Amino acid sequence: MMKVEQKLFENRYRIDEGHGHVAIREPEICRERCTTRSCTWCCPAGCYGTDEDGGVVLSNDGCLECGTCRLLCDEFDNIDWSYPRGGYGVLYKFG
Amino acid sequence: MPEKFDVIVVGAGPSGNAAAYLLAKGGMKVLQLERGEYSGSKNVQGAIMYAEALEAVIPNCRRQAPLERAIVEQRIWAMDDRSYVGSHYRGESDEGAQPNRYTIIRANFDKWLSRKVREAGALLICETTVIELLRKGNRVIGVRTDRAGGEIHADVVVLADGVNSLVATTSGLRPPVKARDVALAVKEMHFLPREQIEQRFNISGDDGVVIEMFGKITKGMVGTGFLYTNKESISLGIGCMVEDFKKAGVSPNQLLEDMKRHPAVKPLIAGSEIKEYSAHLIPEGGYNAIPAVHGEGWVICGDSGGFVNAVHREGSNLAMTTGRFAAETILKLRDEGRDFTAAHLRAYRTALEDSYVMKDLKKYRDMPGILHHNRQFLTTYPELLSRAADTFLKVDGVDKRTKEKTIKRDFVARRSRFGLVGDAIKLVRAFR
Repeated sequence: MMKVEQKLFENRYRIDEGHGHVAIREPEICRERCTTRSCTWCCPAGCYGTDEDGGVVLSNDGCLECGTCRLLCDEFDNIDWSYPRGGYGVLYKFG
Repeated sequence: MPEKFDVIVVGAGPSGNAAAYLLAKGGMKVLQLERGEYSGSKNVQGAIMYAEALEAVIPNCRRQAPLERAIVEQRIWAMDDRSYVGSHYRGESDEGAQPNRYTIIRANFDKWLSRKVREAGALLICETTVIELLRKGNRVIGVRTDRAGGEIHADVVVLADGVNSLVATTSGLRPPVKARDVALAVKEMHFLPREQIEQRFNISGDDGVVIEMFGKITKGMVGTGFLYTNKESISLGIGCMVEDFKKAGVSPNQLLEDMKRHPAVKPLIAGSEIKEYSAHLIPEGGYNAIPAVHGEGWVICGDSGGFVNAVHREGSNLAMTTGRFAAETILKLRDEGRDFTAAHLRAYRTALEDSYVMKDLKKYRDMPGILHHNRQFLTTYPELLSRAADTFLKVDGVDKRTKEKTIKRDFVARRSRFGLVGDAIKLVRAFR
């Protein structure tokens, strides 16, 4: 089985340091109220993981900008999602 | 005083490019805004391109377009865990006739189409994300971008910003896209020497094969897998409804990895080098999920308007056709000296209704619901079909009548007589 991280390594990105375009609004909601945490398996780039306290941690770096997490989190609307600033983010070579 | 254009086109995918090209050709002052480094750098598709829809925008352009392979063979596979029952259609175009469908690599194709748009006279500004629409009362009068002093005015705005449709949603022109109405697809680009692809798929020259797969590969979720041959690569992907991923607890990457291990898929990609992994949403809610497509000073096209025929796996043609209709509507109003009000832009909706776009979407309007509530079409039946084929083709001393009875018993045991008749009716209704 090929891991997502290995695959993302093949992609081209232009990272916008310090300007994450996706953010968790209230970490407590993920930790205390969300029971599904479907972002941790549905994100095709594996951007979401869980930490030791049972919270959800997000890393923007491998984001493929698909928008899935935004739709998953419809119950709590706890993901602040926008596209990266113009020119940044994933740059598909083939698409 | 901010700069003013006749039209602003948001997005440089097939829909935005078709609209911008025709508007510029028609003599309008067009600004096209694209958030990627170039047209195509944010775009993902299988990808199949339909020549008729393209050449309705730019006549006789296919010789210049970066096409991969002309599709001469279509395979549809109903997959069980280690087998499939399939139907194949192979047909060369008649002498002198041109192929109808081609595989493409979107980054190459979009770049080419974008060059045509600029040659036609449109101003393309890349690396610029549109944040929201500018309004005066109800009327859309321009856009605000993420660039400094990024307010730009126009008489009419064409929204072609893709499936997430953030601009229209943020501006309240449409309800948010819902998890039950979109599929998430993941795809890998597998590179292989040209000769190997041609040997493996029984093709030569620039002929190509596409395979659409459904059944157990989606683990009970509503979705499909695909394998498309390009010149020196294979596009391999799988997609399912976002809501189903959420409920099933399956990761998209796991799904793709399992599909790659299927005995029918594995040898086709053996020894390939993966050079890209992509993910994209596909609006598959069909007719019932199409939002309002026009209003005061705006129209919406392509994926952002939900224009995908999921049953036939068509999207790029609907994108280009809706972009073309938007442009034709705007040009006609300009010629008649009429304003871009919602009442006048209604002609865009009418053009969609009169064409294959809305007719096909309407035809399959119940399909998303039927598949949602009848998973047996994606799980039980592919399995039953495979078992039936296995039983019937195995030569093991059992007589054929007994084999027929075994197969029949198998079907009735799994679905009941009543269930089988019900499923047949549902299937006929869904495709009617």
